Amino acid sequence: MKLLTGNDLASGDVTWWTGAGWSRHVEDAVDVGDQGEAIAHAEEGARRVNGPYVIDATLTPEGPRPAHIKDRIRALGPTVRPDLTLKPADPNAGSWVI
Amino acid sequence: MYKYDEYDHSIVAARVEEFRDQVNRRLAGQITEDQFKPLRLMNGLYLQLHAYMLRVAVPYGTLDSRQMHMLAHIARKYDRGYGHFTTRQNLQYNWIKLEDAPDILAELATVEMHAIQTSGNCIRNISSDQFAGAAADELTDPRPWAELLRQWSTFHPEFSYLPRKFKICVIAAEEDRAAMRLHDIGIQIVEKDGQLGAAIYVGGGMGRTPMIAPLIKDFVPFDDFVSYLEACLRVYNRYGRRDNMYKARIKILIHELGADKYAAEVEEEFAAVKALGIDPPRAEFDRIAAHFAPPAYDADAPDTLDRSDPDFAVWLDQNVSAHKQPGYAVVTISLKPIGGIPGDATADQIDLMADLAKAHSFDELRVTHAQNIVLPHVRKADLYALWQQLRDAGLAEANLDLISDIIACPGLDYCSLANARSIPLAQKIATRFSDIGRQRELGELKLKISGCINACGHHHAGHIGILGVDRKGVENYQLLLGGSGAEDVSLGTITGPGFSEDGIVDAIEKATNVYLAQREDGERFLDTYRRLGMAPFKEAIYG
Repeated sequence: MKLLTGNDLASGDVTWWTGAGWSRHVEDAVDVGDQGEAIAHAEEGARRVNGPYVIDATLTPEGPRPAHIKDRIRALGPTVRPDLTLKPADPNAGSWVI
Repeated sequence: MYKYDEYDHSIVAARVEEFRDQVNRRLAGQITEDQFKPLRLMNGLYLQLHAYMLRVAVPYGTLDSRQMHMLAHIARKYDRGYGHFTTRQNLQYNWIKLEDAPDILAELATVEMHAIQTSGNCIRNISSDQFAGAAADELTDPRPWAELLRQWSTFHPEFSYLPRKFKICVIAAEEDRAAMRLHDIGIQIVEKDGQLGAAIYVGGGMGRTPMIAPLIKDFVPFDDFVSYLEACLRVYNRYGRRDNMYKARIKILIHELGADKYAAEVEEEFAAVKALGIDPPRAEFDRIAAHFAPPAYDADAPDTLDRSDPDFAVWLDQNVSAHKQPGYAVVTISLKPIGGIPGDATADQIDLMADLAKAHSFDELRVTHAQNIVLPHVRKADLYALWQQLRDAGLAEANLDLISDIIACPGLDYCSLANARSIPLAQKIATRFSDIGRQRELGELKLKISGCINACGHHHAGHIGILGVDRKGVENYQLLLGGSGAEDVSLGTITGPGFSEDGIVDAIEKATNVYLAQREDGERFLDTYRRLGMAPFKEAIYG
């Protein structure tokens, strides 16, 4: 599957295209198929996202999982600071990245 | 230390308001990201993996307690309660919001700090010896020279869009504590016929194509100093490549042109530049140098120490260095706790270091390129009390220049350029070698980790270096041996095929075992490697 991701212009937060808007959580991301570039162009023009790009991912029971470790780290947060990730209370969150 | 004059205040304040307007226009959609990106980068604002990152300049690594407290305040108010001290003697915040950036810069300006020219293809923050003004072995304090260059290079209209970024380092001691020859221009202040001047090395650097800067001119007198550097930059600006960013640094120009030809071009340009009369009068240098006058030392400060506490004695031996003034010492505060993140400090720790500088070090601190903090002027009589406070705050790791004093870039945990994580590796290696007795048995061993070829973690200059690479989406680590950023400068050599995260920790242990088995009296790891060559290490690592 293909996901569309970028950063929020004002806050810099990592965001994922949900089909209707942008979410901080990769679990909310949807397959953009071959529409990623078009969505990115429109959303960037409207300043709802900064630097959007399309990535490969696989659909798992837990939701979409980016194919590359860099995007998994973007999705969760730094592996060396679990307290600063999106799932600070989940002890297994790091294994999802690695 | 240097204090802004009215002109400094006005240009920094104007820059803050200019950037505030640029941010507002970006947020309002009046300029695109392509238009905005070079503007924000010139103000130190990157977009990294998780958020915007702000790099704050610490000129030649020197700051006072007021500035340090401001760094802690910003960490609390605008970031997530910590900052990251970098190999460029700067500080980075990892969780900045674009909408907050102008306010942060405005707050920094109140304590004479900024983020100008911490990115972009311009002359970056001037780096220097973290022991400047205190080192027992220095010829003179290099910081007035560095400050002169800071003023010359700030907003220099001709050098704001160089072919590539440009880093200058100034030292004034035979011991090179600042990796001087691995800069685009490395300057060593030297003496000739009773006059101070500069030995100029040009074309060093790490990154994709590491080079050691050759000597271009052995002595440039003060009266020609700025003109000569202007000529060095002009020749680079004229001939440096702009068609390929990987070949755009001055080291490539020097390599392709040849040091002699480059030096000849500089001489010709210098003759033209000199006629412009841009060299400052001696009185201006003296005005700057007065800001760096030695503090009011206590001439009667006792020169003896009570070493009866064994943990304190270890810290003394490892983290305390000789000072030029009897009764005083230079303290390096390690930001490398075992299992910690190299260079990170919490806001509380930053505040504490500021308080300790105020109380014990004439209000001065330094950031080192090895990501530690220095209190440059501490009375020996105060060392025990100081150490106790550092210990209670988790800042008394006695590992300076030992294997756990690891330089590590932010790596893939934070950096959008990285191919592999650096910090977890540093944590694993430090934990493997956590026993301080074992570390001291290994002696001086500088281990440096970069998460990509850009080499922010100085892996080329590590006695042991590690380079993280991407092997089809999997992190892989190359091992290098034999590098040095010191006066015995050298570039490390790759041992062979790369390793997994755990595999490279084992490989390092095997390399250190070769050293322990084969070292001769007085040899450091680096010395043994240089004497024996790669073969026995390679055999132990891969055999």
